[in-house]
Amino acid sequence: MGHSRFGDRSDVNLSELTFEAVQPSLEESGLTAKEIPYVAVGSMGVWSEEPLPAVVIAEYCGLTGAGLVRCEAACASGSAAAFTAYSAIASGQMESALVVGAEKMRQIDTPTVLEMIGRAGYYLWEFENFGMTFPAYYAVHAVQHMEKYGTTEEDLALVAVKNHRYGAMNPLSHLQHEITVEKVLGSSVIAWPLKLYDCCPITDGAAALVLASEEKVKELGVEAPVWIEAIGYSSDTANLSKRENYVGLEASVRASRMAYKLAGISPKDVDVATVHDCFTIAEIMAYEDLGFCEKGEGARMIREGETEVDGRIPVNIDGGLKAKGHPIGTTGVSMLAELTKQLREEVKPRRRQAPMKNYTALAHNTGGTGHYGYVTILRR
Amino acid sequence: MDKPLTLKSNRTLQITYNLPISRTSKFWEGLKEGKIYATKCEKCGRLHFPPVADCGECGSSNMKWIELDGEGEIETFTQVVVKPASFSKESSYIVAIARLKEGVKALAWLIGVEREDVEVGMKVRLVARVTSDGRVAYEFVPI
Ligand SMILES: [Zn+2]
Repeated sequence: MGHSRFGDRSDVNLSELTFEAVQPSLEESGLTAKEIPYVAVGSMGVWSEEPLPAVVIAEYCGLTGAGLVRCEAACASGSAAAFTAYSAIASGQMESALVVGAEKMRQIDTPTVLEMIGRAGYYLWEFENFGMTFPAYYAVHAVQHMEKYGTTEEDLALVAVKNHRYGAMNPLSHLQHEITVEKVLGSSVIAWPLKLYDCCPITDGAAALVLASEEKVKELGVEAPVWIEAIGYSSDTANLSKRENYVGLEASVRASRMAYKLAGISPKDVDVATVHDCFTIAEIMAYEDLGFCEKGEGARMIREGETEVDGRIPVNIDGGLKAKGHPIGTTGVSMLAELTKQLREEVKPRRRQAPMKNYTALAHNTGGTGHYGYVTILRR
Repeated sequence: MDKPLTLKSNRTLQITYNLPISRTSKFWEGLKEGKIYATKCEKCGRLHFPPVADCGECGSSNMKWIELDGEGEIETFTQVVVKPASFSKESSYIVAIARLKEGVKALAWLIGVEREDVEVGMKVRLVARVTSDGRVAYEFVPI
């Protein structure tokens, strides 16, 4: 497992950034680059100059010759890459594989980034004439959630405050400062009712994981391996107008139910979770969609501190997308890397380490506006 | 820390896509005549908006055109303040999703009203529009 520092990483190019994650992951696994049979790369890549990020990364990291693919599931590309590698190993095709998340988003200007992501709904029906942006896609969810369940702008702000607090404890995090509810509420409107501090930043970052079969893990003598217990997946309509409601993401509901069933667990068995908080409302909806609480109870969970490190289910205690940052294709891999550290109980500082009862962790990774849904259960 | 060194690429790309609309041309022609059409599957009866030439529900390509009344009710909305690059010349715009009385929903700009006066449940009408720069589109107006 390897993880670059997230942030404005204009000091390195895409390959150099990815090397920061790949090299430690290989060293830790005991495998060399030449021994890796297959590499699955999660990357959107439209904001940096290389249209085939996987091939330049593989060449730079000495992985040329391995089977190679770039996986696209928008903001869930990293989970799609993990699923690709996991399936290849589980099917017996190979004994190990490398999962990489790589994204450099800060090589172009902000309006163009908004343009690229805004186009990633249903271009013809939502962007061409209507200029939807990603904050806007989530804002329409916030409006309906607030209308139906009484969730408030203050509740949304509490998510940002929590995640910034943990982000400030995480040296790999993009945003390292704590904020207040007042600061969130006073920040400029991006897409009403979402304000600047309701939105994740535009971030560069890379992460990598080596996956291996049980036999390979034994052969390598890995201490304290972390296992992928299950990966659940689903999707939803491209057009937002074709969905029944905007108070949650059905793909998250379906993917999580599938993951729980495959792993033979229920939400109450989860010791720690990372959820896809690209916007503050997304974290509140995730609590509900993943079954951490009843529908409509998400705001209560954040108000009552149930998702703090010492709460009932600690969520995004690495800073989340909100503060750690959201390098699109990297996020899913970054979540699994963070949860691996949590399960190994090696998080520093210790006040960011979740207490382990069942040694079970959950990663929830959404692509687009709930277009792609992946939920991964890890266990030690 | 020293300012990172970057090399500005000299090769600039401007992309304009050509969007094929032959199979839904009646919709685009209809907008110019002030009409909003949906398609209805002759096999399974599903009404599709935005219109489609093929039914993903049952696999049939036998569709008929239905003119929508356009009356509907807002389910949710937002106001886009920070705009994408290609919308930089527009002022802030309200985007709403409304359920039309025929049962389908539409996403479009809501015009002629301030954001403070917009409410979930508000009655609106979806109307065709040809913009000043010649684009055919559609938008919601309050009833
Ligand atoms: Zn049909």
